[in-house]
Amino acid sequence: MKILVCISKTPDTTAKIAFTDNNTKFDVNGVQWIINPYDEWYALVRAIELKEKDAATIIHLVTVGAADAEPIIRKALALGGDEAIRVNADSHDSFYIASQIAEVAKQGGYDLVLTGKETIDYNGSSIGGMVAELLDLPYVSLATKFELAGTKATITREIEGGEETNEVELPVVVSAQKGMAEARIPNMRGIMAARTKPLKVVEPITVEALTAVAGFGLPPAKAGVKLVDAENVEELVRLLHEEAKAI
Amino acid sequence: MSVLVYIDTADGHVKKSSLEVLTYGAKVAEQLGTSVEGVVLGTTTEDLSALGKYGVKKIHHVANEALNNFDAQVFTKVIAQAAEASGATVIVFSNNLSGKAIAPRLSVRLKAGLVSGAVALPDTSNGFTVKKNVFSGKAFANIAVSTQVKIIALNPNAYQTIAGEGTAEVVALNAAVDAAKIKVTNVTKASGEVPLAEADVVVSAGRGLKGPENWGMVEELAKLLHAATACSRPVADAHWRPHNEHVGQTGVAIAPNLYIAIGISGAIQHLAGVNRSKVIVVINKDPEAPFFKAADYGIVGDAFEIIPKFTAAIKKLKGVA
Ligand SMILES: Cc1cc2nc3c(=O)[nH]c(=O)nc-3n(C[C@H](O)[C@H](O)[C@H](O)COP(=O)(O)OP(=O)(O)OC[C@H]3O[C@@H](n4cnc5c(N)ncnc54)[C@H](O)[C@@H]3O)c2cc1C
Repeated sequence: MKILVCISKTPDTTAKIAFTDNNTKFDVNGVQWIINPYDEWYALVRAIELKEKDAATIIHLVTVGAADAEPIIRKALALGGDEAIRVNADSHDSFYIASQIAEVAKQGGYDLVLTGKETIDYNGSSIGGMVAELLDLPYVSLATKFELAGTKATITREIEGGEETNEVELPVVVSAQKGMAEARIPNMRGIMAARTKPLKVVEPITVEALTAVAGFGLPPAKAGVKLVDAENVEELVRLLHEEAKAI
Repeated sequence: MSVLVYIDTADGHVKKSSLEVLTYGAKVAEQLGTSVEGVVLGTTTEDLSALGKYGVKKIHHVANEALNNFDAQVFTKVIAQAAEASGATVIVFSNNLSGKAIAPRLSVRLKAGLVSGAVALPDTSNGFTVKKNVFSGKAFANIAVSTQVKIIALNPNAYQTIAGEGTAEVVALNAAVDAAKIKVTNVTKASGEVPLAEADVVVSAGRGLKGPENWGMVEELAKLLHAATACSRPVADAHWRPHNEHVGQTGVAIAPNLYIAIGISGAIQHLAGVNRSKVIVVINKDPEAPFFKAADYGIVGDAFEIIPKFTAAIKKLKGVA
């Protein structure tokens, strides 16, 4: 069993969101970077759990990014995984990134490609589906459970107002969200081991992006809260009904 | 040329989010001076022609039973055939759970630029750009799409459904349907509950509620308001509530008309997933809780006292005993 886990670098969840260059670029000044939480907590940890059950499992991590993504990929390796591949390219659109990952996947011949549900910066939720289409493989999106028996995967995915169980033969592409695994903290041994794990750098294939960011903006600020006295809850209901027309 | 809308169904019923994308698609078609068509996959019990009141002129129906089993790979190929049949230059999905599974695949298949999580109509004054949420709702981006065919996945609750007059012509589309590699073996639905992402009203509670045994009053309030229930992350982590209720930056992002937050502090990661709500009500005993800064209405007080009163006041308003 060979697993490829897609790892993305994202700003920390408390990072200040601001833009530069006439609102065309994210202001990276003072921003701390983390592994995209969905990639780390669910995709990577589930892969590690599968390896713990079957020691013959091989886990590769892939990231598409410049050299400054390396601390993030090392951090991911500290949690687990055997080696990492960095595709040396600046970030482009989802199609560009998915094409690079698909290329790595083709070379490696993986049974399972795992991504997080979405990145917390672009919120595209597109990479998994795009990679699957590029590889002509089935895709299970927003999975909350993944079980394996031989080469058959039983996967639970979220649907509107419930969930659905899918059965599929490997290879398959899966995007992971809450429920898949419990987040872990890397230990000292993992951190030490990560330093010597192979991190291969490969050059990107030539791909035209399909979209581009024309500009960013911030939503308008709220006008301010209207406080209602705790002794006068009926007034809140009146406001919601008559003023906000929300109930 | 046309705008093609994917009309998502569940158990043969058209989803609420499909009405939003139909209304949206009709508006996009108007902008581009073309007409809007729809595509439905699988068998349905509904009268599809009635969807004409949302502006759609023609619906391609692939009434193949094999499509009652959801496999995004199979669906993608069928929708690509519908896109060809209708000469679509813009294809619209809801950015719901089906849309997230299909739209990226179709984007690759048709080499069509995808904007997922769109929140507004495209700007066609200079090229084709679409506004979408980024940084989990903390900001937005305008995405320029340069490909000939364009795909937009519209966020649920981002565009208001408008019903007018009209009936749609329903035509059978005889599409080739591949054998599915994914077999859906079981579907569980919390019956009677409102799906969180589509809900108009959401009642959400946090650690301030002390324990899962206290959720009865939250559920009662939600039921009264036809609302979905949600929770903060620690509440889901502690298994007080199911994972799919966790909203925020690392949970579900929602944009209901009304979000009622009870005993939630309003951490930046929580706000990220809910700050697109139109009206936010916060009930918290701590006047310094950061959530009040993001709220429209608030009460500083103990949830265990306020919620029963709030519920009673709503019952009075609605005239229920
Ligand atoms: C990487 C990362 C991602 C995260 N993602 C998310 C996410 O997606 N969603 C999310 O929710 N959190 C997320 N968090 C966690 C977030 O930082 C907060 O810890 C969390 O939202 C707090 O939940 P809470 O408000 O329920 O609990 P608390 O912060 O403990 O707040 C409880 C609140 O209840 C109030 N209270 C207590 N008793 C009462 C009472 N009787 N009546 C009324 N009010 C009362 C208190 O005044 C307090 O404001 C994330 C954190 C990190 C680091």
